[in-house]
Amino acid sequence: MSAIERLPEIDNGLLRFLTCGSVDDGKSTLIGRLLYDTKAILADTLHAITRSSERRGLEAVDLSLLTDGLLAEREQGITIDVAYRYFSTGRRKYIIADAPGHEQYTRNMVTAASTANLAIILVDARKGVLTQTRRHSYLAHLLGIPHIVVAINKMDLVDYDQATFERIRGDYLEFAATLGISDVRFIPLSALNGDMIVERGERLDWYQGPALLDILENAPSAHSERDEAFRFPVQFVCRPQKCADPRLHDYRGFMGRVESGEIAVGDEVLVLPSEKRSRVKAIEFYGRSLPRAIAEQSVTLLLEDEVDVSRGDMIVRAEKLCPRAPAPGTVSTRSALVTRRIEAMLCWLGDAVLDPQRKYLIRQTTRESKAAIESIDYRLDINTLQRMPAEGLGMNDIARVSFRLARPLCVDGYAENRATGAFIVIDEATNNTVGAGMIL
Amino acid sequence: MSALALQQHATLSHLDWLESESIHILREVAGQCANPALLFSGGKDSLVLLRLAEKALRPGRFPFPLLNIDTGHNYTEVIDFRDLRACQLNERLIVRSVEKSMRRGTVVLKSPGESRNKHQSVTLLEAIEEFGFDCCIGGARRDEEKARAKERIFSFRDEFGQWDPKNQRPELWDLFNARVHKGENIRAFPISNWTELDVWQYIEREELQLPSIYFAHKREVIRRNGLLQPVTDLTPARAGDVVEELTVRFRTVGDITCTAPVESDADTVARIIEETAATTITERGETRLDDQTSEASMEQRKKEGYF
Repeated sequence: MSAIERLPEIDNGLLRFLTCGSVDDGKSTLIGRLLYDTKAILADTLHAITRSSERRGLEAVDLSLLTDGLLAEREQGITIDVAYRYFSTGRRKYIIADAPGHEQYTRNMVTAASTANLAIILVDARKGVLTQTRRHSYLAHLLGIPHIVVAINKMDLVDYDQATFERIRGDYLEFAATLGISDVRFIPLSALNGDMIVERGERLDWYQGPALLDILENAPSAHSERDEAFRFPVQFVCRPQKCADPRLHDYRGFMGRVESGEIAVGDEVLVLPSEKRSRVKAIEFYGRSLPRAIAEQSVTLLLEDEVDVSRGDMIVRAEKLCPRAPAPGTVSTRSALVTRRIEAMLCWLGDAVLDPQRKYLIRQTTRESKAAIESIDYRLDINTLQRMPAEGLGMNDIARVSFRLARPLCVDGYAENRATGAFIVIDEATNNTVGAGMIL
Repeated sequence: MSALALQQHATLSHLDWLESESIHILREVAGQCANPALLFSGGKDSLVLLRLAEKALRPGRFPFPLLNIDTGHNYTEVIDFRDLRACQLNERLIVRSVEKSMRRGTVVLKSPGESRNKHQSVTLLEAIEEFGFDCCIGGARRDEEKARAKERIFSFRDEFGQWDPKNQRPELWDLFNARVHKGENIRAFPISNWTELDVWQYIEREELQLPSIYFAHKREVIRRNGLLQPVTDLTPARAGDVVEELTVRFRTVGDITCTAPVESDADTVARIIEETAATTITERGETRLDDQTSEASMEQRKKEGYF
């Protein structure tokens, strides 16, 4: 019984997860089921859905209609864009990023995966591991999602057969090993009948593991599992000089969010890229002073010395600077984190092809720089994972690309830090976001 | 299995996480946009937004004015509250009214009784042009409605204020792109990831004051199409209507002609949270006459410049 009728007593924070699969895998039905069985599907929404089902000539209520939102999508019976859905069990709040599964929507899956800490990859029990399963798994891995759940759905259509489940599991593990995916769990389920989603059902007795919701309830939150270096990109500098309060005349608060790690008052810090040193004088939050701040907390830092800090700078802990190997062919003149050249896996998102002759704008944390493409090392066929030569890139292409930067950026490798290792590419002609990069 | 491993590091509660994300979004607006405005109606979502703006930007002044589009059909309790709150915060409040747009002739009603809600878009676009705003911060949430569920946190609008759902900017990680050319603008939604329940839990935690009509009170209403229509000067009883006095509260406040209260005796925030956690009907479905018209009506309005 989900506890949504009772008020939350234990707050296990928030989990962002991704669901990937195509319409045929029953993905929308799975999400509908999660929402429904946790009682977040509300009666009037359900009422509208009953009407739509009747119109399309379906007999039973189609849970997938809960998630297929836009008019254009419903006309075509497919999902076009990433949709965000919410439910709460009273123990934990969930944000589902629902990405469409078709090949042409790689960019949507990359978008949805970028903020997720867990991915549910749906496999049709009748079909087993398909090309798209590999594609979804590769993208989830590329985007650094630490926990993967392979949900083998439609078990009702294979008579809840354990051997089928075991065979698919074996196939998947074989392929996952080649990608280096380590944390993966398998669960048999029937989204249609609700087996092993919230309730265990009666037909999967041979499966001893937890039901899907139990996995979600216990999955670790982002930043909870390992020590991370402190990273604080400055978003805004607060200087209320004109304020009537004379105590604020010299106030210089550096506002931002702790992207990783933690910081305490008195810690020695380094401001990048200038490499000026200082100490944390105070950590403030809405008039209160905090002794320390942890990952994902938005705070204001005050430093002991009058160092020049502006938006786009990054404050890091002085003693915990893990040096990064400089990219080949570059001379690292300042901190190892600060670089004018990056190599990255780039997913192209724009309608217009990437033109290697053009300059683009890169935004990473709160910093921007113009960037020139030095080389496209290869394009990856995400179905076969083969490396192909490439001159330019089209929408949904994934490639290894090197950029030269007009201004230095303060970066970590994406594998170590998803916040400081990620960037977007902006086309200044349209101001559109046309690429997403993960620094190697 | 590592998926069940104990967490080594402290993490934020869900309300703290949501608050922190919203602050991050507001600071990105402050950092990226030259001339933003915060849409403030006096309703609960925009009151939450103001508290978040205080947390994001104090001890500084807000680097944006508050902007209200007044339909002229709002409950006085809400308008009074709007003015009080702007004054308490010592921030600039700009009010632009649909009635003035009607006098100018840019808003033409099909009939005098027509809801002015959708016409707010015209007045909003006029205000954006008048002040040259490059970003409007709004209190919309993705759980409100299906079209909103697919809208970006930083949502691009062309010079006609139009939202194109099939051509949205990809939005990855927390890297928001607020860049626009002259005449275009961004609608930024800091509480996109909040639900109605989150909003009420936050109101309780922060002890936020709200206009009185959010709490249970006695009011004359008529039952109409499954909704309660309040009896007001704008929406008088018609011949044959049965007027009842019921104990009601508003879950959402907007234009009088299209906002319906619900029967409830919840007179405190705690009791509203209890009701919200147990409720089976979405906020808009129960209370917005304008969203019931068709399944896709919000999508349609947003394409026309609605926030």
